[in-house]
Amino acid sequence: MSAPAVSVPSSPSHTLRNAVIRLAGNSQDGIQSIGGFLGRLAGRTAHEVMTYMTIPSTISGGPSIFQVHLGSGEVLTAGDEADVLVAFYQHSYDSHISALRNGGICLYDSGEVNEIKNERGIHHFGIPLTAATVEALGGSARDRGKNMLVLGLICAVFGLDKEKLVTIVTRQFGKKDESVLRNALLAFDAGYAYQIGDLEKFAFEPGEAQEANRISTDGNQMLSLGLLAAGVRYGSAYPITPWSPIMETLRIELPKYGGIFVQAEDELAAISMAIGASFAGHLAITGSSGPGISLKQEALGYASMAELPLIVVNVQRGGPSTGLPTSVEQSDLMQAIYGSHGDTPRFVLAPKDVEDCFYIALEAGRIARKYSCPVIILSDQALSSRIEAFTEPDVDKHWVEPSLDLSPRGEEFRPYPLDKTTRHAPPGSKMAAGKYPHISGLEHDEWGHPSGNAKMHQEMTNKRRQKLLDAAAEFPLPEIHGESAGDALLIAWGSAWGPVKEATDRLRSEGYHIGAANMRHLHPMPNGLEKVFAGYKHVIAVEMNDSGAYGFGQLAMLLRARYADPKIKSVCKTDGLAFRVREIVTGVEKHLAGK
Amino acid sequence: MSTAVAPATAAPVADKLTKKQLIADHPTWCPGCGDFAVLAVFYKVLEKLQIPQEKIVVVAGIGCSSRFPYFMNTHSLHFIHGRALPLATGVSLSRPDVHVFVFGGDGDGFSIGGNHLNHAARKNIKLTYVIMDNFVYGLTKNQTSPTTPIGRKSKTDPIGAIDRPINPMKQLLASGATFIGRTHATQVKHMDELFTRAIEHDGFSVIECLSECTMFYPGAFDDGNPRKGGAFDVIDEKQHDVKDDVAAFKLADLPSPGKFGVFYQVNRPTKNELEQRWIDDSQAKLGGASQKDILKKRFEAMR
Ligand SMILES: Cc1ncc(C[n+]2csc(CCOP(=O)(O)OP(=O)(O)O)c2C)c(N)n1
Ligand code: SF4
Ligand SMILES: [Mg+2]
Repeated sequence: MSAPAVSVPSSPSHTLRNAVIRLAGNSQDGIQSIGGFLGRLAGRTAHEVMTYMTIPSTISGGPSIFQVHLGSGEVLTAGDEADVLVAFYQHSYDSHISALRNGGICLYDSGEVNEIKNERGIHHFGIPLTAATVEALGGSARDRGKNMLVLGLICAVFGLDKEKLVTIVTRQFGKKDESVLRNALLAFDAGYAYQIGDLEKFAFEPGEAQEANRISTDGNQMLSLGLLAAGVRYGSAYPITPWSPIMETLRIELPKYGGIFVQAEDELAAISMAIGASFAGHLAITGSSGPGISLKQEALGYASMAELPLIVVNVQRGGPSTGLPTSVEQSDLMQAIYGSHGDTPRFVLAPKDVEDCFYIALEAGRIARKYSCPVIILSDQALSSRIEAFTEPDVDKHWVEPSLDLSPRGEEFRPYPLDKTTRHAPPGSKMAAGKYPHISGLEHDEWGHPSGNAKMHQEMTNKRRQKLLDAAAEFPLPEIHGESAGDALLIAWGSAWGPVKEATDRLRSEGYHIGAANMRHLHPMPNGLEKVFAGYKHVIAVEMNDSGAYGFGQLAMLLRARYADPKIKSVCKTDGLAFRVREIVTGVEKHLAGK
Repeated sequence: MSTAVAPATAAPVADKLTKKQLIADHPTWCPGCGDFAVLAVFYKVLEKLQIPQEKIVVVAGIGCSSRFPYFMNTHSLHFIHGRALPLATGVSLSRPDVHVFVFGGDGDGFSIGGNHLNHAARKNIKLTYVIMDNFVYGLTKNQTSPTTPIGRKSKTDPIGAIDRPINPMKQLLASGATFIGRTHATQVKHMDELFTRAIEHDGFSVIECLSECTMFYPGAFDDGNPRKGGAFDVIDEKQHDVKDDVAAFKLADLPSPGKFGVFYQVNRPTKNELEQRWIDDSQAKLGGASQKDILKKRFEAMR
């Protein structure tokens, strides 16, 4: 919970600024859809929301949670601890009761959970979730309806906007068989009407986020839609968690925009197809997670060498190898920058939240076109699936019309001029001088002819490197949240930004002088960071990767290499979970104490 | 400008394409390498078909044979080992107005790129692929290839190859390619005829061309060369029904040098066509809304 700490009162009351609700059950119980409905509702009632979930990587299911942080003010994290726990089974209860804060509320299925621990002032309310669902729907559909019953309960307990919630549910199920919607609403109503002992009802303060046209969705959706707005019309990929939803969305959406997304036979083929479409004159995209990104490396290096524009999305998950397919980690930064053989200049960006997934796709498109180079977007599992509410993007403002430049190229045209960055001439373009260019992965001269000449390799290396230098001069410096000088500057990238921002607020409320910066442009970094760092005693990179042989996370290593400044430190972790605010606070306090 | 472009046609254009225009760097191949003849015939066929120069796209992976793009004065791309087909797939699907040609070796096509061959074939991607099969790894200097016959000595099999070679025709038949041919680099007229038919085929057309590596495997294909006392036995299409894949499998079983010509040819919708149909259907359902409006509507639905 964000500071100031909110108390869900055990006595009657009660308007709330925010609340964290954790639903714990098995994946087949449909708890993700409860979370999804609450998230969408928040978007429509001007509340803030952030969700967090764990999904077992096995299809047959297994323990799973969905946590929703609903609030009237800014919500930056999915919540360190829950105010309310809904436990579907004994195992859910046992695993998650510790996540409930002192004095919190636990609703549990009294038909499934037999042993409860009366501790820490927790208020327990047993509800026969399964039996009540059976009663509402009849015996056959109980597993399907339990989630809707719980949604009804939550709606009543928190005084949520029932009408809006029903509209959202209706929209979701309305496309299906009529009986599906009927059952869903029956279960919902039964939950809504259920009398829970002496539990008082709460109400949220009216939301502060009052902008018009608010939407709520997850990062994979926003990234997909951002790519469409960026004028990307061709792509190819191979399925893998948590990347797949992006390719599924693009596969369905692109034909509407006259484009094609190909499901390739593997990741090597996928990136090759995307490079083919880029060579053909389009800006194409490929993407994957963990293992698939490793497979793409050889072709990725080719795109740098051949100077072709390309967007590569890496929805990072826990590594190495198959690792933790459904957990969050940020351990692919070095791979993104240096992951293939040779000196392969490329750009690396990371979105800071779900909304930013849209804008980062636009930025990737802009850079790929301008520098004719691969651009990697490092998203992560947390961003991919969590739901946030925010203002809908202004499509008119950001729309990039796709184009194909088949204009004849003049006498002076070279595919690889040494003195400037240009785009290649795609097939279909006539060459005025009658001489056609070669696109080449062998070191080459300005025409693309193979050249093993020592001077040429040096000059071409310089030319390709120049793109990074030009971009570093152009990229904006990150904005500072909090104080622009003081004890420490916390640096985040990707989904760690929300918790880092909140940790900054908490540390400041404790009396420290702290600023926080988020790095959207990770490679190259913008010029002038040293001036930003100058005012702080410590610069602490907070990231979800291992501190390795030298005690520093991946971004911290890069910052240290760049600035050779011993005040650059790390707060790292790799437990597969998003940062809790208190983990960051503790880590930073240790550095501040000189430990 | 829209990304939509009209499909390719081989219609002659005002400025006539000549063989001379197509010639680029002098090939770096060894003297006598079979690949020279393949290149010469390809120039001739392009000249004959009068494909506009700017619409010819030549793609290859890595190998001696895969150096092909540098010797073509057309739009060309020299890619990485084994991945030329997926790259060409990206070009073909996104640019129906150009003609896509892929050249490469037996290692590039059947070994490192073997899986891509299966998938490009089954998807029936519109392009023409010539595998210059020399039964050896030429560029890396004489290692065993997936088509090296059992017993043939190489740097990686000093006592003779022990692994069963693949049968290219059978492999291609099983893959779902819709045009499958076999020719010999010493048989210029036959190559010309086969290349022409492959290019005119609407779908994935693939040709295995036996092309001698004079440096490391001289004489490998003499048994198919009448001038060296071999037999160049061309398939009689009055006897062999090119739509009959079982008959084609039987032809593919004949001992070396086997048969030459078209083993198999059928018409099946290309992926290019099927994807375009989906595009047309999806757009028809949207009643001509602009792309920008489609995205705006999509956001509206998320409110
Ligand atoms: C990923 C990768 N592995 C290995 C190589 C080295 N290599 C280059 S060409 C080649 C084999 C070429 O044989 P083939 O495709 O039959 O072509 P040929 O030279 O015989 O025409 C190999 C192994 C490479 N370039 N890339
Ligand atoms: S090594 Fe063999 S395949 Fe390569 S160029 Fe020489 S003769 Fe041709
Ligand atoms: Mg070979």
